[in-house]
Parts: sequence; structure tokens; C-alpha cells
Amino acid sequence: MDIKNPKFVCRDVRVHYGDLEALHGIDIDIPDRGVTAFIGPSGCGKSTFLRTFNRMNDTIDGAKVSGLINMDGQDIYDKNLDPVLLRARVGMVFQKPNPFPKSIYDNVAYGPKIHGLTSGKAEMDALVEKSLRRAGLWEEVKDRLKSPGTGLSGGQQQRLVIARAIAVNPEVILMDEPASALDPIATARLEALIQELKERYCIIIVTHSMAQAARVSDNTAFFYMGELIEYDATEKIFTNPGDSRTQDYITGRTG
Amino acid sequence: MATHSDIEENDTKRASQLREERARKHLKSRRNREWRFRLWGRAAILFALSALAWLLFSIVGTGFTAFQQNFMTLDVKLEASIIAPDGTRDPQKLRGANYRRVLQDTMYDLFPDVTERLEKRELFALTSASGATHQIRQMVYKNPSLIGQTVTVTVPTSDQVDQLLKGYIDRTQPESRRKVSDQQITWIGTLKERGIIKKKFNTILFTKPDSRDPELAGIAGAVVGSMMIVVIAFLFALPIGVGSALYLDEFAPKNRWTDLIEININNLAAVPSIVFGLLGLAIFINFMGLHRSIPLVGGMVLALRAFPTIVVATRASLRSVGPGIVNGALSLGASHTQAVFQQKLPLAAPGILTGSIIAMAQVLGETAPLLMIGMVAFVTEVPQSAMDPSTALPVQIFLWSDSAERAWSERTAAAIIVLLLILVVMNGLAIWLRNRLEKRR
Repeated sequence: MDIKNPKFVCRDVRVHYGDLEALHGIDIDIPDRGVTAFIGPSGCGKSTFLRTFNRMNDTIDGAKVSGLINMDGQDIYDKNLDPVLLRARVGMVFQKPNPFPKSIYDNVAYGPKIHGLTSGKAEMDALVEKSLRRAGLWEEVKDRLKSPGTGLSGGQQQRLVIARAIAVNPEVILMDEPASALDPIATARLEALIQELKERYCIIIVTHSMAQAARVSDNTAFFYMGELIEYDATEKIFTNPGDSRTQDYITGRTG
Repeated sequence: MATHSDIEENDTKRASQLREERARKHLKSRRNREWRFRLWGRAAILFALSALAWLLFSIVGTGFTAFQQNFMTLDVKLEASIIAPDGTRDPQKLRGANYRRVLQDTMYDLFPDVTERLEKRELFALTSASGATHQIRQMVYKNPSLIGQTVTVTVPTSDQVDQLLKGYIDRTQPESRRKVSDQQITWIGTLKERGIIKKKFNTILFTKPDSRDPELAGIAGAVVGSMMIVVIAFLFALPIGVGSALYLDEFAPKNRWTDLIEININNLAAVPSIVFGLLGLAIFINFMGLHRSIPLVGGMVLALRAFPTIVVATRASLRSVGPGIVNGALSLGASHTQAVFQQKLPLAAPGILTGSIIAMAQVLGETAPLLMIGMVAFVTEVPQSAMDPSTALPVQIFLWSDSAERAWSERTAAAIIVLLLILVVMNGLAIWLRNRLEKRR
């Protein structure tokens, strides 16, 4: 698929866990705005691939990434690039909501604090409010910013985690099955939020739910056994897939 | 009889009948097995509880009497002709005066009809001679103007009198076989009637250090020594233990060397504690030249003892923190060190603290290594600093338990009660702290 001004350009990306090759050379371009969904059966490598974008694979013992991933034309695996700064540009939301066992305020303020983004409390207060507003959580928590983030409901926690990521003002937000631990109502809220956020950020979402991919994403990539099988506009993938394996998966014959 | 395999698949009715029949029969033995297991469990708990109850009963039964002691209230005439025949009022000189004589006269005055030398000696033996003379000496030393006056002092009775009044000496035995004579028993009875001998709370036990005389011996020196040891062991073991665990778990490269270190730390927990005593003797006393019998050395030796426990507890607590929190911090651009110290360690802290307090409870009860570094010495002063010779509570118990007189055994048990109470308080503190910190999550 032809993408103009891609955010990420990936060429022959391979990931090894020890001797096992989990990804067998992925070539993909990710657009700068909008939502890109990664779908595929369990163990197909979609989450592994997602974690290459913010170098979270670096933290796994024995994991090795090769190939090229350029972000805005810069190799993110460049030796001179500090992953700490990369992760300020590429935020991440995990499968299980993982707010810190601290107050809602401190959760959101943590990222800006470690990067030294604000000076003074007023500026931080404003940033926390802005981030919570963008994550659609402000109205629900504005009166209890000092209460623990772990006391929120699952859906609220996931939006708190998004606010926490937004606070660093990233360019990209990676989401690893963000709705898999949520009930349908919380999922619907989250999907609506993703729709709002895609105006501002490049969002890459891994999902098990094909319905979700169809609802929220603009482009969809189908992974199977460590390979990228098909990558196209979401509408095309779900109505007229080019590969029989994609067809089998989205119609429920595999996976 | 038909078996399952004999039955045709479509003969479902017969199959379910057979299933019902067999499962029922089997159910009975299943239930019996479960019932037997529960019975075993209860029996084991009952056994453990009764052993504990027996232990507590025997210790408390022996020890509780030591919390009270018989005291004599005496009106002592500080005869100037005895204390200061030369008329001096110099406190230094007054120290060496014959207070024993003053005390003897006071005792003899209680029973003016006693004239025989042997009888007099028996009478004088009712009081705690060294304790009472010491008390009078101190009074005169502080205030020489008391000489010539009559002062009221409350002094402990001798331990034999105390034991008799507590009912530990069998009065029905022939006189030659008990340590208190018939005559003494009569005197004691009279003194009790006259209100001179009274039973009071035994403050000596809690405020005084060790002594040769059981009626004057207390655990204050040992308790203070033990507290110093625990604090010093904590100050050394906690940072080193937590630091090692953090480094090994979070930062050390995984290779053969770190594996070796890990195995050795785990093995350290199983090293007999007396070996730590030998190590301490070699390093701290022989090599570093620190003094024997001081809490500083005791604390450092027991810090070695507590170290593996704290490392193991810290690593277990660190591992119990799920990866989600650390990943969350990393994904925001925190460095690995920041993620560990700002997010993981605070979550592991309750577990680390609980483990450390348990380790300190172990330290408090440890005896053998302290013997090796000379903390078994007879110390008659409460240590003022960690560099003063001292003993520790378990060592004190060990020392007292070795003494022959009946009065020591109740004091030994009383010291054990105090030690157990401190341990209960420490464990309670650990539980309270854990619940409190975990609530904050």
C-alpha cells in the first residue's frame, strides 16, 4: 500500500527471542495520522511488532531486533538514540490497565516530571488537566485528583493511562489490546476516545476483536505466523481481502 | 459383572445406572478420605497449639512470681560513731565506711533478745546485705548531713526469704535439708506481721543490670544491649541487603558469576549462626581490633546473620510486583533505574519491611554468635553506648539458667517472658505495618 509521508518506515524487521525468530522480515509504512490496526491470531507476532516501535523489546532478555525502522526518517535503533527519549515520543497503552499506585494527579504528572517538561506547579496543574480532558476523564475525576488511580474502574483506569501517555505530548500512541479487559460500555467509550485522538496522534492498535479493528481503524495489517500477510485500507481488508488467509481469519475459519 | 467398555454406546440408560452405582460406592471412600485428612489437620493443629500452651503455661507459671519481690522497710540509724568515727564529712572517705555494721545493728535492734553470734548471723542473713549496704552508702555519699539521723530504707530481702514467702521452700522438710532455719522462719513470720516485710512490684528486675545476688539482678542491661544490637544490625543489614537484592534482581548481568553469588547468598541463610560468631570474632575483633562484648560488634555480626533473610525477602517482594507497573514507567520514558526506584521499590517496600522486621526478631533471639564475641560476660552496668561492654537478653537468659539457686530460675523465666513479649510486639508491628502500607496501594 502506498502511504504519503509515513510516520514509520519499516524494512525487513525481524525479532528473535533467543534462537526463535518471531517476526520474519516485516515491510510496512505507517501513516502519520489516523489509526492503524494490527490483527491476527494469537502468537502471530503483532504485539511483538508493536513493541519494536518504542523499543520495549529491549527490556526483554534475549530479544533482538534487526532490520530498519525509521521514524520521520530517523533510525530508531540508531546506537546514538536514547530509548528514553524515543519513548517520550512514542507512548504506549497496555492490555491490562496499569496505573501507578499513586494519586490520579501523580499518575498523569509522572511522565512530565521525569522528563522535566514543566516548571512550576501551575504549569503542571494545567498540563494534568489538559491531558485528563483529552483522555475524556476530567469530568469524572476533577474532584478527586488526590485519590489513588487504582481506585478507578477498569475503563477509567485505561483512560487514565492514556492521559498519562498524552501528558508527555507524544507523536505516536501504541495500544496493545487496550479494550480486552474492559466491558462493552467501557470499550465503546475507549473507541470513541481513539476516534478523537487520531486527529492529533498516530495511533497503532493491536486488537483481537475484528469488529473493533473495523470500527476504529483506517488501515489494517493482518499478521500470520510472524509474517505480514496483507496491509490495506480497513474497508478493503474486511470487504474484499486479497489473500485467502486473511479471508479465512476474518470470516472466523482460522484463529 | 459388566464393565463400562462392555456396554454399547447407545445403551445410555444402563450406562448411567452403572455410573450411578459405582460412583456412589466410590463416593463413600472419597468422603472418608477427605474426612480423615481433615481430622489429621485438626489433630496437627491441636498438637501444635497444646505444645505452645504448655510452653507458655510452664514459662509464665515459673516466671510470673519474679515480677513481685519481698522488700524490708527498715529504719536505719546512721550512727556517726560507726560511719565517721573521725568526724569527717568528705564523701570520698565516707564511701569506705562500715555500712554493713550499721545495717547489722538495725537488724539486731529488731529482735533485741538475739545475742548469740550464730543467731545474729542468721538474723542478718534475712536481708540482702550487699544491696542494702550499697543503698545506704549511696544515701550518705549524696548527702553526708544524714549522718547521725535515722533514715527509712526499703531494701530487698535475701533471695532465700523471698523464695520462702513465695512458697518455693518446703517448710515441712527437716531443717537440715532446707536453706532457711526454723528460727529464721519464726523471724520472718514476725517481720511480716509487723509490716516490715512486704511484697511489692519488682522494679529491680526492670531497672537494674545483672548482679551476683538474684534479689538485686535485673534485665535492664541486657534489654538495652539487645536493643542496641537490633538497631545496629538493622542499620547495617537493611541497606546492604536491599541494595544487594536490587542489584542482583534488576541490574546485574545474568551470568555464571551472578548465579554463583545468588546460590551463595541463599546458602548463607542456612549457615549455622555460631559460624557468624566465629567470622565476627576473626574480622571485627582480631582483625579490626574492636573490643569484645560490645553491642557494635554484636550488631555487625548479627547483621551478617540477617543479611540473607533480608535479601531473600526483598527479592521475593520485588518479584511479586507485576511487570505492568515497570512497563508503564518505561513506556513513559523512565529509565530502568527510575522505574525500579520510583515505581517498583515503593510497591515492594511493605514486603521488604515485613521481612526485615522478622529478620530483626531472629536477631533478637540469637545467642550463639554472641557467645563467640564475648557478649557472655558478666556485666553489672547498663551500657551507655554501643562501645560499652554489654550483654543481650537471650545471653542473659542463658547465663541465669545456668545458676543453681531457685531464685534464678524464676528470673530466667521472667526474662524469657519479656523476650517473648518483645518478639510478639515486633511481629505485631510487622503485620500492622504491612497492612497499613498495603492499604495505600
